[in-house]
Amino acid sequence: MTKIVVAVKYVPDATADRTFSADNTVDRVGVDGLLSELDEYAVEQALQIVEAGDGDVTVLTVGPEQAADAVRKALQMGADAGVHVQDDAIHGSDAFATSLVLAKAIEKLDYDLVVFGMASTDAGLGVVPTLVAERLGLPAVTFASEITVDGDTVKIRRDGDVATQEIEATGKLVLSVTDQTGEARYPSFKGIMAAKKKDVQEWTLEDLGIDAGSVGLDNAWTKVESFEPRPPRTAGEIVTDEGDGGAKLVEFLASKKFV
Amino acid sequence: MTEVLVLIDAVDGKVTKPSLELLTIARRIGEPSAVVFGAADNGVLAEYGAEKIYTFDDAAFGEYLVGPKAEALAQLVSEKSPAAVLAGASTEGKEISARVALKTQSGWIGDAVDVQVAGDTITTTQSVFAGNFTVQAQVSQGTPIITVKPNSTAPEAVTGAGTVEAVTAEISDAAKTAKITSSKEKAASGRPELTEAAIVVSGGRGTGGDFTAVEAFADSLGAAVGASRAAVDSGWYPHTFQVGQTGKTVSPQLYVANGISGAIQHRAGMQTSKTIVAVNKDDEAPIFELVDFGVVGDLKEVLPQATDEIKKRKG
Ligand SMILES: Cc1cc2nc3c(=O)[nH]c(=O)nc-3n(C[C@H](O)[C@H](O)[C@H](O)COP(=O)(O)OP(=O)(O)OC[C@H]3O[C@@H](n4cnc5c(N)ncnc54)[C@H](O)[C@@H]3O)c2cc1C
Ligand SMILES: Cc1cc2nc3c(=O)[nH]c(=O)nc-3n(C[C@H](O)[C@H](O)[C@H](O)COP(=O)(O)OP(=O)(O)OC[C@H]3O[C@@H](n4cnc5c(N)ncnc54)[C@H](O)[C@@H]3O)c2cc1C
Repeated sequence: MTKIVVAVKYVPDATADRTFSADNTVDRVGVDGLLSELDEYAVEQALQIVEAGDGDVTVLTVGPEQAADAVRKALQMGADAGVHVQDDAIHGSDAFATSLVLAKAIEKLDYDLVVFGMASTDAGLGVVPTLVAERLGLPAVTFASEITVDGDTVKIRRDGDVATQEIEATGKLVLSVTDQTGEARYPSFKGIMAAKKKDVQEWTLEDLGIDAGSVGLDNAWTKVESFEPRPPRTAGEIVTDEGDGGAKLVEFLASKKFV
Repeated sequence: MTEVLVLIDAVDGKVTKPSLELLTIARRIGEPSAVVFGAADNGVLAEYGAEKIYTFDDAAFGEYLVGPKAEALAQLVSEKSPAAVLAGASTEGKEISARVALKTQSGWIGDAVDVQVAGDTITTTQSVFAGNFTVQAQVSQGTPIITVKPNSTAPEAVTGAGTVEAVTAEISDAAKTAKITSSKEKAASGRPELTEAAIVVSGGRGTGGDFTAVEAFADSLGAAVGASRAAVDSGWYPHTFQVGQTGKTVSPQLYVANGISGAIQHRAGMQTSKTIVAVNKDDEAPIFELVDFGVVGDLKEVLPQATDEIKKRKG
């Protein structure tokens, strides 16, 4: 029986024109949002672990009202239940406050394993799993590319820059998984229908015993002072290869002193 | 002058270029002190401005994940009260420093591409949303703990005292849980490291699985080779060479994309390159929106010709 919590983030669609709000936080209202694609891999791994043995999957999100969509998508994929932590005071939280809310919510749930995506597709820091683990006093095996659960032992392969590591852990554990773990499934029609009946709990900071003074924009340990769009690139020169494309390419490189 | 702790990354004792960049940035803030787990070339650290070199040595650092290193560094931060802590924006650099930030109740900035100092104020620049925005941020609590991306500055040699001080830390049992049971080093490609290279030449699905032309062109320029996820997923090139959102972020002087369409997730990893060149047979490929120079053509013809031309010029 493996009880898994999967943390999923609701993010602005990366293919839309993402931007910031006047208070220097990510605009999560003016741009269509969705379940961060990289968290789909986390949901997929959790479902596979449960399918290979026995257990259940609860998805957890911290975010504004619309973030319920991210939970819904994960339920459609096959997760059993959802938790949505929503509280106006959370707006503008840094990675540390976010990890606090997630850790408190996870503590309230019964779990053996917590699975994250490798990074969000908006801020993309990739440290929330580590911070949650630090708060829960658990090891974090991040950027896992392969996971096998064998009784109460979890074996992980991690494909790093310098080396490929095999890691073994027993007991409660925090994992983050990469997109190398395997394609995430699409919700089936049956899954979409079943999701409508699944239980989604809505929690506030009060439910988690968190003081509003420890989260949100005003209490962030790190503050965004300003943002600016990158100046548009000036149109480059484009040539069509007529048997001399390679030579022209080198002429350009030489003009820029690369050769 | 106050001390700035710099977490050093060394492979088989050889200090990486991003670590030398960190030492250079640290001098803008105060006196750089290198923090080394295991061994690093102390001579090089001193040559790049390290006044002190703190060395930690404990088998636990190699046997477990980042837990023990984070505890050790946090103890050093509490003891020295540095003006800032700098680490590389690698997986390990981020994980260690983020845990240290939480342990010391300090603000943390991830993936900075620049660090500016005015008086006592440290401001960082981050490049976000696939390079479409730059963001300025500051730490408002505790010791500023900043992770910096490779290629953020040119390393400058300035001799520091390089006084070595062996330090120890108390490592809790809780930090020694997930055990590394095996670690296989990757074979070196003989080419420059992808994130550090001045020139990166990448291949995508358009290579059809044959990277020969891409590699030969890269070698003629002394470049690193990168790949799109389509190429990696097809098993044509190892994952370590993937450029993009879920691969490496590169910011070289020159990036050459060959047979790569330019999907947003690929752009996220290369859009901040100084000069961008593409070879693609489809004149409507989105990558052409980014380029300084583009060739509409078959890479199997364009690249070998370019390679020959470069060899000719080099004599
Ligand atoms: C441009 C930009 C720069 C930023 N820089 C910093 C910074 O330098 N320091 C800092 O402290 N904060 C920073 N933040 C704030 C930070 O991004 C947010 O606090 C965010 O909620 C957590 O970080 P992340 O999105 O990078 O998460 P990541 O660490 O990239 O996320 C990893 C995984 O954690 C889970 N997860 C993350 N957030 C949630 C959530 N809300 N609900 C459920 N699961 C979640 C998901 O599984 C996700 O895949 C920045 C934000 C932006 C927009
Ligand atoms: C969550 C997520 C994360 C992702 N992360 C990444 C990432 O990190 N990096 C990444 O690259 N992608 C990533 N992707 C995938 C990305 O969306 C694209 O699918 C991928 O970048 C496409 O690779 P490609 O350009 O090589 O292939 P394609 O899009 O198929 O393009 C091939 C191009 O080659 C051209 N071509 C074909 N034959 C030739 C020839 N003989 N000569 C010249 N040109 C030719 C074609 O005209 C075409 O433009 C991610 C996707 C998701 C959903």
